[in-house]
Amino acid sequence: MSLDDIEGRKAMIEEVLSEYPEKARKKRAKHLNVYEEGKPDCGVKSNIKSVPGVMTIRGCAYAGAKGVVWGPIKDMVHISHGPVGCGQYSWSQRRNYATGQMGVDSWVTMQVTSDFQERDIVFGGDKKLELVIDELEAMFPLSKGISIQSECPVGLIGDDIEAVARKKAKEIDKVIVPVRCEGFRGVSQSLGHHIANDCLRDWVLDKGKGEPGFEGTDYDVLIVGDYNIGGDAWASRILLEEMGLRVIGMWSGDGTLAELERGPKAKMNLIHCYRSMNYICRHMEEKYGIPWLEYNFFGPTQIAKSLRNIAAQFDDKIKEGAERVIAKYQPMADAILAKFKPRLEGKRAMLYVGGLRPRHVADAYGDLGIEIIGTGYEFAHGDDYQRTTEYIKGGTLVYDDVSGFELERFIEKLRPDLVGSGIKEKYAVQKMGVAFRQLHSWDYSGPYHGYDGFAVFARDMDLAINSPVWSLHKAPWKAA
Amino acid sequence: MPQNAEKIKDHVSLFAEPEYKELFERKATQFECGHSPETVAKQADYTKGWEYREKNLARQAVVINPAKACQPLGAAFAAAGFEGTLVYTHGSQGCTAYFRSHLTRHFKEPTAIVSDSMTEDAAVFGGLNNMVEGLSNAYALYKPKMIAVHTTCMAEVIGDDLHAFIQGAKDKGSLPQEIPVPFAHTPSFVGSHVVGYDLMVKGVLSNFWEGKTRTAGSSKINLIPGFDGYAVANVRELKRMMDAMGVEYTVISDVSDIFDTPTDGKYRMFDGGTKLEDVAAALDAKATIGMQRWCGEKTLDYVAKTGQETASFRYPLGVSATDEFLMKVSELTGKPIPASLELERGRLVDAIADSIQWTHGKTFAIYGDPDFVLGMSRFVMEMGGEPVHCLSTNGTKDWAAEMTDLLATSPHGAGGKAWAAKDLWAMRSLIATEPVDFVIGNSYGKYLEREFGVPLIRLTFPIFDRHHHHRFPTMGYQGGLRVLVTILDKILDTMDVESAKTGISYDLVR
Repeated sequence: MSLDDIEGRKAMIEEVLSEYPEKARKKRAKHLNVYEEGKPDCGVKSNIKSVPGVMTIRGCAYAGAKGVVWGPIKDMVHISHGPVGCGQYSWSQRRNYATGQMGVDSWVTMQVTSDFQERDIVFGGDKKLELVIDELEAMFPLSKGISIQSECPVGLIGDDIEAVARKKAKEIDKVIVPVRCEGFRGVSQSLGHHIANDCLRDWVLDKGKGEPGFEGTDYDVLIVGDYNIGGDAWASRILLEEMGLRVIGMWSGDGTLAELERGPKAKMNLIHCYRSMNYICRHMEEKYGIPWLEYNFFGPTQIAKSLRNIAAQFDDKIKEGAERVIAKYQPMADAILAKFKPRLEGKRAMLYVGGLRPRHVADAYGDLGIEIIGTGYEFAHGDDYQRTTEYIKGGTLVYDDVSGFELERFIEKLRPDLVGSGIKEKYAVQKMGVAFRQLHSWDYSGPYHGYDGFAVFARDMDLAINSPVWSLHKAPWKAA
Repeated sequence: MPQNAEKIKDHVSLFAEPEYKELFERKATQFECGHSPETVAKQADYTKGWEYREKNLARQAVVINPAKACQPLGAAFAAAGFEGTLVYTHGSQGCTAYFRSHLTRHFKEPTAIVSDSMTEDAAVFGGLNNMVEGLSNAYALYKPKMIAVHTTCMAEVIGDDLHAFIQGAKDKGSLPQEIPVPFAHTPSFVGSHVVGYDLMVKGVLSNFWEGKTRTAGSSKINLIPGFDGYAVANVRELKRMMDAMGVEYTVISDVSDIFDTPTDGKYRMFDGGTKLEDVAAALDAKATIGMQRWCGEKTLDYVAKTGQETASFRYPLGVSATDEFLMKVSELTGKPIPASLELERGRLVDAIADSIQWTHGKTFAIYGDPDFVLGMSRFVMEMGGEPVHCLSTNGTKDWAAEMTDLLATSPHGAGGKAWAAKDLWAMRSLIATEPVDFVIGNSYGKYLEREFGVPLIRLTFPIFDRHHHHRFPTMGYQGGLRVLVTILDKILDTMDVESAKTGISYDLVR
């Protein structure tokens, strides 16, 4: 089914929807559409409660707050406050690379939990939380601070983690951030990002101790919303530094508390993951007058465009720097394209990821000659679907908060050459004989950001799509 | 520029390039405001000493790097082992995403679980509406033969009543009355995944058995494998041994197919599993055997009340634990242990004897679920190894007592100690202060390996960073060979690496 067959795709959506009971069919119909060229958004509803019982792929607020925003801050200890599971399942799963020594001055790859027992539910967990913080001080005296990431029961039993945070912060003279990211709040990870941003505002920036002796320059920027998965933020930072900018903080991949506290001193905030950290950028714009700019470091087309957009905010020195960087790396990118594009040209891919990548990676695929025939988000909002229109062609299938059922049916019908999504989807898709790459964890590869990352991205898409294994899934004695 | 099209560098080598090393250095010295290398080194040293160990072992509140998961994970795993069964989480959807990811990262297989996505309104009004709508949608889309419901801590804290809700949903027409919907209340703030497994199996059995009268006289037995990352191969191995004995049996929760479906162009959301009619008929069995005590305490109590005999093992590994299991099966069924299994036994003993030069006297830290640590320690002692730190985060006082008794059965256990309800940060102190030759555990142990150079042998769930181990059995005499070879390979590989440093003792024949 080609992109031109819009009616065919609409009929496919109707066919899949017809399997639902009426109430669910009506709800889900608003989230599925075929994009019409020229329209200002994708024509789907978003950021709405998932339909019960349909195998949503979404996670929860805790996953957004602890798993995404706070977890990568390496010199703080992040307490998964509540029962053992949430921290256990998210332990070392997002590959937020960070330098430092585990358990001595870096805690990114550790699972620290108050491990609620029944008595904590019955009598409340605040006393235990105080003790947890005392014990953490004994175990990890070099930590710069602590965050308290609430799990579901904490909000239900009426604990006052803010009071505990204030009291203990005074006692131990460290930053303690209480994060109300109970999993039942909101409809997805997204509210967790927002809550995490608000806590960063209220408990770090607003209480800023400042940094005596810090000497700013006109070229100071923050990288916001890059979680350094597989080293993404490093492969981005290296380009910004080469063009002459000074990166004074990374939020939050390989980040430190000092880099958070220094944030208001930036001249410009450069945001990669708009969905998860636009809130704090807007706040810093309002309160500190710091402008912010979205950029996209996936694939040479978008990288060059972004470098120039960033440079346009600065003086000629930086503009020249951007051109120098592009000139330096473009031959390598061209060599990558020469190597892989002939192997990938004309392939068709479907994407389903979180809140940014379903649009941000589209042109990187385009650079390689791969067409995006379907895309959608777990937890995007309306503004994301508007931004998506810059990246997709008319006829693209768009699915918001897609259910496992819908995604499988769409893949069966469209038979793309590649699906890019998450761990829960990976093996079901591969069993259908369709190539797959995880686009959350980079399938244990990466980096994918920046020029260095694009080389890895291109290699990985090629190894997935052109693997000999996909010619083996039908037994030769079975009729074709 | 480090990258080039001919030899593409990914994270494994890219960040060792000088450009990136300089970047790290620049970031650390100018922007991170970290502690001095001397301070960090001093603290690192301190954390490896006895004083730190005392503080570490005295912790009462904070748990650091635990080796346990929460009840619902075990419940979901158990439920997946029944024919055509849709696993259903009543509670927050994020939990379900986590269970699915966690099991999938280990098995490299899809894990289908639906959630009824309770949010703030459900926290206030209860989750009945979610259940009514969720069961209706799940049934309509997937047409399962059974839906097995478990809870998350959210639903438990607000006190949702599964029995009433499920009946309520059926009465409202969410799904046909005749579709079985067994359930288990699985609060994550009680016990661990092994308890969740137990409760879900009990929930399924009671759904089919309640109100029925047992007919005695059968020689059939039921086997409950328990939570086991190696279940795919271990269940098949159990079946093979039972078939070899000519025993009639039912495996209660058979996940061997659902976590091992082929890539042939079709995704099977349901595959294999214990047939529902066999679950019903299992009431008439002569006996039920739990392969793991702590995955079956409540279930076996329930089974015993029906008049069946019960027996439980401790994740039997190696020669004598397998002997005991087979002899018990033989005793219960009257079927002799056949020559073919005796031959396999002899071959395992033969293999152990061939290798004692390398296994004897080696010391081990062993951690994992309570039954695994018992079973593994027992086998290690059979091959002349010495369990030193035996640790189970979800181990109880009862477990510690059993573990202590087990160590006392052999001179090879004399230096061993049971550590119940301790985590892997405690294990770090134990290894730092009382080093061992090898660690037996799961993927989380790789941090200990990096820190102390103590080689990690991955033999229990979860194994995220190696593939396909679970496709080979660890139970039975055949499984014993696999465990022996896994341990032995690590011992000999380690010797080669060490002896290559001097060139002396880098022997061709070992």
